[in-house]
Amino acid sequence: MLTRKPSAIKPSEITPESIYRQRRKFMQDVVSTGVAGALVASFPGLILAKDKDSTAKLAGENLSAIGKSPYSTGEPLTPFDDVTTYNNFYEFGTDKGDPVRYSGQFKPRPWSIAIEGECARPGVYDLEDFIAPHQLEDRIYRLRCVEAWSMVIPWVGIPLGDMLKRFEPTSRARYVAFTTVYRPDEMPGQKRSVLQWPYVEGLRMDEAMNPLSILSVGLYGKVLPNQNGAPIRLIVPWKYGYKSIKSIVKIVFTEKEPPTTWNISAPGEYGFYSNVNPEVNHPRWSQRKERRIGDFFKRETLMFNGYADQVASLYAGMDLHKHF
Amino acid sequence: MRALLTVKNFLFVCCLVPFFILVFNAATGNLGANPIEKVRLFTGDWTLYFLLITLTITPLRKISGWNELIRYRRMLGLYAFFYACLHFFSYLILDQFFDWEEIGRDIIKRPYITIGVAAFVLLIPMAVTSTNKMMKRLGKNWKKLHSLIYLITTLGVLHFLWLVKADIREPVLMGIILISLLILRLPWLNNIKSYLKNRLAEQS
Repeated sequence: MLTRKPSAIKPSEITPESIYRQRRKFMQDVVSTGVAGALVASFPGLILAKDKDSTAKLAGENLSAIGKSPYSTGEPLTPFDDVTTYNNFYEFGTDKGDPVRYSGQFKPRPWSIAIEGECARPGVYDLEDFIAPHQLEDRIYRLRCVEAWSMVIPWVGIPLGDMLKRFEPTSRARYVAFTTVYRPDEMPGQKRSVLQWPYVEGLRMDEAMNPLSILSVGLYGKVLPNQNGAPIRLIVPWKYGYKSIKSIVKIVFTEKEPPTTWNISAPGEYGFYSNVNPEVNHPRWSQRKERRIGDFFKRETLMFNGYADQVASLYAGMDLHKHF
Repeated sequence: MRALLTVKNFLFVCCLVPFFILVFNAATGNLGANPIEKVRLFTGDWTLYFLLITLTITPLRKISGWNELIRYRRMLGLYAFFYACLHFFSYLILDQFFDWEEIGRDIIKRPYITIGVAAFVLLIPMAVTSTNKMMKRLGKNWKKLHSLIYLITTLGVLHFLWLVKADIREPVLMGIILISLLILRLPWLNNIKSYLKNRLAEQS
């Protein structure tokens, strides 16, 4: 397997120790605030917990008590209108405008998530109970689509790892598998077999536990719009967008690598890992460059979408041309 | 002659409507979050539409017997070339901004771009030889050269098919239209037509 050296990290990319320590400190602070947040889990500001059955008014409603995160980028944000009208969400249609056009009938509430597989506390959890113990955080991340465009989006979410730990995965849990809801009546795109429904995705356990991985319930400080994957979706910012599965209803801890939708659709084009990698060629799009939405000129695509500091070690010793 | 002129002028303006829609949307900022992609897809669509429209003239003429139609074929073909130019330059300028290295890589590595560029290049001699003068000068070879349109349109449909990720409805529909148009050109259609004509003549 060791046919190639792990992608070399340039000295310029290595975080100086002082900054690293500062980050640690910051993280500890964030974590302790998170604990405090958990203690007041029932605080009324957490709108998600407010009214379980009202569905209509939730999308676009403001979320409150959102913490900041050291993982946020300071790059200019992609405008809200672009983030919410230019989407790949094939459950609502394959045109970029279809999700906003055809997701009006979708009901993101009430919502429950099934936790299954290799863990001590499987069960079906109501979304509100699922989220309540956690502190919501702003995470301003770059999003890199495999189609060579990118955005900067201020997500609101909770660290995936913290969430998963609550269900006490066993030592046999090596992967986490996610499933999107299947509701052809509300999701017109699911009436045609463009992809195999329901959409499925997966992460290796250590990827899921990486602090960059989050479950998002909002963006721009507001409840997640239907077209962006309401009510809860994954965000894995160092991987191509399609890994960040939307409208999640099931999470399963597995021993084996779970199947993933785009890999089933075109195994030669979409691998399980799907890390953003300018060096690995895709048959349709050069991945060397990307167009940031709103820009005229393309920019160079960064290894792991610019998150190499945080995630490169996960793939040490792996041939990323083979495990694309 | 006068009637023809007006019909032709009318058609000429009609063919420009998509272009004006594009310009209008660009000027009013209505091309969405990724305007460059929009321009590329829109002009690509209309290139294929015009290629297919041009290919309908001959079978339509045969079936309807309306020979006048032939007078509009050249213009339609040139409009296919016009939209192909917009499509090509939207890739060259808007998308890649003369990044020759990247363009070279695209042409070599991405089959849909390879055949797209090939189809565009093949359109050029057709457009250049579309004048009456060239028609006369080339004589029999003109027809040979201009049968390139079958190859070009096929490459165009394949270009579209290979570029879509999963939803192949549109390129498949275009492929079906193209195949139908080609079938309508087969000689047996003429045979059936003359057979029916004879039968009708016998009966009356």
